[in-house]
Amino acid sequence: MKNKIKNVFSNGFGQLTIPIIAILILVIFNLIRDPGFFSIELTQNNDGNNVLAGNLISIIDNASELAIIAMGMTLVTAACGGQDISVGAAAAIAGSAFVKILSNAGTDGISGGLVLAAFLFACVVAMLFGAFNGTLVAVFKIQPMIATLILFTCGRSIAYWISGSATPNVASPIIDGIGRIIPGVPIPTPVLIVIAVAIIFKLVFHFTSLELLTQSVGINGNAARVNGINSTFIKILSFVILGICVAVAGSIGVCRMGQVSHDTLLLDIEMDAILAVAIGGNNLGGGKFKISGSILGAYIIQMLTITLYAMKVRSTDVKAYKAIVIVLLVVIGSPVVKAKVNKYISRLRSGRIKASEKGAGRT
Amino acid sequence: MDGKELLTMRHIKKQFPGVLALNDVDFTLRKGEIHALMGENGAGKSTLIKILTGVYQMDEGEVRIEGEKVSIHSPQAAQNSGISTVYQEITLCPNLTVAENMFIGRDNSLFSNRKKYEKRADELLKQLEIPAKSTQQLGRCSLAIQQMVAIARAVDMKCKVLILDEPTSSLDDKEVNMLFKLMRNLKSEGVGIIFVTHFLEQVYEVSDRITVLRNGELVGEYLTEELPQVELVSKMIGKALDELNSLGDPDETKKVSDEVFYEAEGLSSENALPFDFKIHKGEVNGFTGLLGSGRSESVRAIFGADKVTGGKIKIKGAQVKITKPIDAMKHGIGYLAEDRKRDGIIAELSVRENIILALQVMNGFFKPISRSESEAFADEYIKVLQIKTANRETPVGSLSGGNQQKVILARWLLTHPDYLILDEPTRGIDVGTKLEIQKLVLKLAEEGVSVTFISSEIEEMLRTCSRLIVMRDRHIVGELKGKELNQVQVMKTIAGGEA
Repeated sequence: MKNKIKNVFSNGFGQLTIPIIAILILVIFNLIRDPGFFSIELTQNNDGNNVLAGNLISIIDNASELAIIAMGMTLVTAACGGQDISVGAAAAIAGSAFVKILSNAGTDGISGGLVLAAFLFACVVAMLFGAFNGTLVAVFKIQPMIATLILFTCGRSIAYWISGSATPNVASPIIDGIGRIIPGVPIPTPVLIVIAVAIIFKLVFHFTSLELLTQSVGINGNAARVNGINSTFIKILSFVILGICVAVAGSIGVCRMGQVSHDTLLLDIEMDAILAVAIGGNNLGGGKFKISGSILGAYIIQMLTITLYAMKVRSTDVKAYKAIVIVLLVVIGSPVVKAKVNKYISRLRSGRIKASEKGAGRT
Repeated sequence: MDGKELLTMRHIKKQFPGVLALNDVDFTLRKGEIHALMGENGAGKSTLIKILTGVYQMDEGEVRIEGEKVSIHSPQAAQNSGISTVYQEITLCPNLTVAENMFIGRDNSLFSNRKKYEKRADELLKQLEIPAKSTQQLGRCSLAIQQMVAIARAVDMKCKVLILDEPTSSLDDKEVNMLFKLMRNLKSEGVGIIFVTHFLEQVYEVSDRITVLRNGELVGEYLTEELPQVELVSKMIGKALDELNSLGDPDETKKVSDEVFYEAEGLSSENALPFDFKIHKGEVNGFTGLLGSGRSESVRAIFGADKVTGGKIKIKGAQVKITKPIDAMKHGIGYLAEDRKRDGIIAELSVRENIILALQVMNGFFKPISRSESEAFADEYIKVLQIKTANRETPVGSLSGGNQQKVILARWLLTHPDYLILDEPTRGIDVGTKLEIQKLVLKLAEEGVSVTFISSEIEEMLRTCSRLIVMRDRHIVGELKGKELNQVQVMKTIAGGEA
């Protein structure tokens, strides 16, 4: 850690500098306010299972869906230089598709295999909608925000149709296990799923050339094409991958609630996801990216929310306070401020070098 | 033509970081003349125009209009001094009407009265014989008409000096004639016109006088009728004909294998007219011609960089389809693009990532080059090509132009191509690097790689190529080899016609 901080000051701003500083400030602020804020204890929940509880756990647990969608959003942002604002609506569709398969079986009939089938079905549906968005963006060259506005507008209606004009419930130990806790494992399952998704991303980047190709397409589309990259494919692929993330997040959301509510499932998550990408230091205009930055961004947003609630800020006021902090973060992370700070740091360094030279001259 | 001096620019100097763009350049425009401003890339044409239109400020020198010293510190000041410019890309508003475009943003009360300004516009259009109506939406008119409306706007603003910057590059023959008619009309009314173009024939058709710039310096001012086309070319390129004649024949003719590697018949793209071309194994050939002659467009068609619209292609005698870059790459063709910034570098990625890019794309999506492997590749080529970079993870955008070029060269060498197309690989890089690249080309050819080498510097091409294909106005007009490979012959072929 000490090394990292030292690096920040000697090399200027890296991509993760701002999110790491933001988290540190939030942590320190909370510790001063309430030294026990991050204490974690092992308790028993209503079902008698051992669970870890505490503010820290609820932060990373509640940020799970956001973190997963932010990972996919990072890829779309990098490849297309724009964002998908339909992820909330698409998650509602995926969630409805997930429940559709399950609701045919009774409470006792929900087996692990069926849940897997339902999840795969949700994935396929979300990937198709992702491909639809991706085609509009990559083939028809529509701005991502406009292209995804279509699904943003109609997605929750589609979810309602899939659910048969109702908000069906699902109840089963397996569903509970996915949405909350697997008996015997004290960590909330969604947190484990985030870790799994992050590992899968890491593996995909390791076993394919996706990262290099996506960045090339995002930074210089012309050069990418001249170098034989099929940028249409890369862009559509980024939306399809985001579709999988949306299906995962939507399914978690359904399992958490035990029902699919087409008009509230992951409502407004698109804006938080875009924000997470931005706070993570990723350029919203496309190009170089770091998935880890977006995950940090998601946790920062959630930590902020929980902090505000812990400070007894009225729930109606939370968004306003959130906005103030976010404005600060975004301005500090803006290219203008970054350049200024880097200039200042390099001046400090050259000053120090000169001073040390002087010192050397004297001896 | 009454010959009275309208615009005089004297001792103009403009320094950019690292480049002296204009050095002590004089330019004189007389009343009622069409004056062509000629020069190759980097000659200083655009800089001179931008100083005249207030986009750049000159470092030294003075500008006078009708004998009066003027200070052109902004585009607005240029307009107020009576200097108007019509650019290659129309800068009017396509969704407004012709009349609105002619009067918008001008400080007069006329604009408030629609009837009045539409009448005024119609009068002017009629007077200038421009076939357009004031109430038409500009965007619906052809490009030529749009350009003419821009000119009419300038005329109505009482411009004395009209600058036409590559006005004909997107017009067809008929439209060009319409434009020329308008230019002659204006000329007879005493407007001085500066005509910037790369079409030699058009210069001779319409201009009265020619000023040639080269490498930021004034070569001279000539009456068009007294300057033969071939001499103009030699002045633009910078070799006197006599000097060239004394150079003699190239000392040896280079040997070439009989095996044809690539052959195209009637190949055409969205930007290139159909042409035939073939290259042997281990041969170095070149495409030459002035800027805009179609040399880059032709090689882009070979590589599939532009949309291919027709033609038959054979590689080693077998018919293949190459319609996009990946096809060409899979058949062993590499292409270093003319515009390094636009088509070459991925600026924010590292030297290492830029070097492995093409090979990675060829390997395919599921076969990523491992980190250690890519580091080894990068280190190897950084060493072989002596790329000056802090380390292999430095973003390529922060390297100097010459080193960026080497990175892209490394990218293609790493794919071990059978046929490498190099479009202006030596542009904007220092002399030492230029020589290194030429040597590399010859070495590749020895190893059996076919190379197409394009350069604006003819000497460079003569030194490396065993065959030169000459283009003019988007057509192949000659093919030179053996004894014909000398500057005089090349220039004669480029200039064509009466030379």
